[in-house]
Amino acid sequence: MSASSSPHPPLSASPLHLAVALNGAGWHPAAWREPGARPGELLTAAYWTDTVKEAESGLLDFVTIEDALGLQSSRYTEPDGRTDQERGRLDAVLIAARVAPLTRHIGLVPTVVATHTEPFHISKAIATLDYVSGGRAGLRVQVTPRQHEAAHFGRRTFPRFRIEDRDTPAVRDLTAELFEEAGDYVEVVRRLWDSWEDDAEIRDVATGRFIDRDKLHYIDFEGRHFSVKGPSITPRPPQGQPVVSALAHQSVPFQLVARSTDIGYITPHDTGQARTVIDEIRAGQTAAGRAAEPLHIFGDLVVFLDDDPAAAAARRERLDELDGAPYTSDAKVFTGTPAQLADLLLEWQQAGLSGFRLRPAGTGHDLRAITRGLVPELQRRGAFRSAYEADTLRGLLGLARPANRYATV
Amino acid sequence: MSTSNGAGTSTGKPLKQIHLAAHFPGVNNTTVWSDPAAGSHVEFSSFAHLARTAERAKFDFLFLAEGLRLREQGGKIYDLDVVGRPDTFTVLSALAAVTDRLGLTGTINSTFNEPYEVARQFASLDHLSGGRAAWNVVTSWDAFTGENFRRGGFLPQEERYSRAREFLATANELFDSWRGDEIAADPGTGTFLRDARAGSFAHKGQHFDIEGQFNVPRSPQGRPVIFQAGDSEDGREFAAAGADAIFSRYSTLKEGQAFYADVKGRLARHGRTHDQLLILPAATFVLGDTDAEAQEHAREVRRQQVSGATAIKHLEFVWNRDLSAYDPEGPLPDIDPDPGEHTIARGRAQVRMYRDPLATAREWRELAAAKNWSIRDLVIETGSRQSFVGSAATVAAAINDFVQADAADGLILAPHITPGGLDVFADTVVPLLQERGVFRTEYEGTTLRDHLGLAHPDDAASGRVAS
Repeated sequence: MSASSSPHPPLSASPLHLAVALNGAGWHPAAWREPGARPGELLTAAYWTDTVKEAESGLLDFVTIEDALGLQSSRYTEPDGRTDQERGRLDAVLIAARVAPLTRHIGLVPTVVATHTEPFHISKAIATLDYVSGGRAGLRVQVTPRQHEAAHFGRRTFPRFRIEDRDTPAVRDLTAELFEEAGDYVEVVRRLWDSWEDDAEIRDVATGRFIDRDKLHYIDFEGRHFSVKGPSITPRPPQGQPVVSALAHQSVPFQLVARSTDIGYITPHDTGQARTVIDEIRAGQTAAGRAAEPLHIFGDLVVFLDDDPAAAAARRERLDELDGAPYTSDAKVFTGTPAQLADLLLEWQQAGLSGFRLRPAGTGHDLRAITRGLVPELQRRGAFRSAYEADTLRGLLGLARPANRYATV
Repeated sequence: MSTSNGAGTSTGKPLKQIHLAAHFPGVNNTTVWSDPAAGSHVEFSSFAHLARTAERAKFDFLFLAEGLRLREQGGKIYDLDVVGRPDTFTVLSALAAVTDRLGLTGTINSTFNEPYEVARQFASLDHLSGGRAAWNVVTSWDAFTGENFRRGGFLPQEERYSRAREFLATANELFDSWRGDEIAADPGTGTFLRDARAGSFAHKGQHFDIEGQFNVPRSPQGRPVIFQAGDSEDGREFAAAGADAIFSRYSTLKEGQAFYADVKGRLARHGRTHDQLLILPAATFVLGDTDAEAQEHAREVRRQQVSGATAIKHLEFVWNRDLSAYDPEGPLPDIDPDPGEHTIARGRAQVRMYRDPLATAREWRELAAAKNWSIRDLVIETGSRQSFVGSAATVAAAINDFVQADAADGLILAPHITPGGLDVFADTVVPLLQERGVFRTEYEGTTLRDHLGLAHPDDAASGRVAS
């Protein structure tokens, strides 16, 4: 790994894209106990507004907002009954909508669970988030194989399994099925966004027609798990297609990213791993006939940041002690200074990552370290924007507004 | 609730306080889109404008309707009215950011949703709005709408209210699964939750068999305020048993009084008191500097609402056949309605309004012949009229009389123009109601329950009186 004193990388490198993943008081389960964590306000509009405004003050591309259909747990597949960690959360789409009118540039990307929700409802919800934010909406699609969450809906049953069983054939089959369904889900959501052509509303007083119905389209989706007729009840959103993203750890989800998303979040632990995963996603993208379409691949990192590396490490240790266990994550856990993190991001960028989604270990502390430490550091190196250059999320990500698949002209 | 100046009606009864709400103009032909003043029905700025106007006027809440499939007529998407609307929850949550006190009422269907998800959304909205959420529970069952959803349209019509009842009961179990005192969030002791079982629920019924832990802690209002729309025997019982308010359609005095007496009369059987269920009809209005000017304006609005093409389409509801060859300015068709099962229009409520199409057609032909009305004249004259027309003074007096005569507890006002259609009402009628002491001049509380005079469910359960 390069030393922090190394010369700055060439300025010709593309600017980085930066997002933060917001998860209550933070990603460390004891984060709520940190000074400045506001643990009694995690369910209030003020907490979320202040947090997203802080991210916007750092010119970040977007925030993602975590969500789940069950209570948080230290165990992946079941509730844990613990009372010493943050529990309870609000619907991520509604949080995003609540902060949208109070922010101007930052993208808003709530988590959406494809497994138990209706693509028709989600399509119009995200289209509406795009309207209320003036073109800053996205979604992060997620599946859930958890039996206890399925029991909240009572419409399907999954086998109860332990995380150690995730490579057994039964769990792999379930995972494959849920991701196939998520692929259909994204396809339906996208078709519904296109089900109105942009100029469908004509208000033709002479003929009395409000819309040109030839510019509205039945999507007629038929899949294994559901069918949807369309068209949407909500007209095509400002971005045409809000930004679709997904977190992916294995081949099955890599294929969802390759076929269906605009951004994939991956969790490499070094540049070699990053290259391998990116190659697999790019190959899948070509196989899916999307080689010419822009697809961002972001690296996910959990970050403990302080101006002094020892302080960052000490904070991590203190939180681990409070929680009674060392913190582990699917993503690499970075502990150090903003300058050291800047080194690491620019090094990893060389592997082909177009940006990073940072998971603040403690939202209050580490988000500020990102916006007030990391961002100025990256700006000094010419690697990050110094002002928002676009009003829409697609604009910030360098994605053109896509043509409507149903439009004939 | 106080009657500010102690005034009473001629019968000596204390004056009732009027409740007022704003209905965002919807996708029906009462919404005028052809007027130069008509703006977008989708852009957030339209919703924000109406909400801010309603809050400036100290209204109780803003109301959004819902539709889950675009309406069709003759097998084609209906194109003569406003088409398209945004998602209810998303708009209401965004409106919470641009208002402080206004209640936020959303219509959400109990057929094409699941209780766990809807309860999460309403509890989240209640948190994010500081206690201003309300749910207008509606039912649907039809396969036409169901074609947009995983579950399809399998629900038999006779089960719509049984599913709705169980849906609401289940949602209430989820809202009540947190008492409200479980979160300690004490960094010193490291106790976040006082009770590991917070949110636990188990419901086993005809429509839902679910269990687990609800993951949204108790919201400011405990439960959102519950509205119910629907006028059938089942609908009235459903409302009397558990709703906080009814969105009704009786905005004329006699019908309103009959409905009011009927529904309020059902409350005692369910162990509830007279003031635990508010009757709030949808109503329209047209204002002018004078009564004559308002009447003239109302006539113009009716012609904007019913174009020639709209009149033909309206007639097709009754005739149940394609009448596009007819001239809207000419006489009514002399052919009879098609009595077949197939209905020409799908996805709209009016289809069920005409129970005996042959009789209606005969009656309309006679009426049109006697009055020398064209098709368009007939639709304009027999269609729904503006509920309150006149100068501000006339309308304020009429609304007050309507409420004091127990035809309603207030009104849900649907302007015909988006988004500025409420502005004049707010500026001219509201001050007159305030002068009469029948409408608030300031919000007294912060939650929608406060505005509506409804007890917090926890206070109601323990027999305490709401402050």
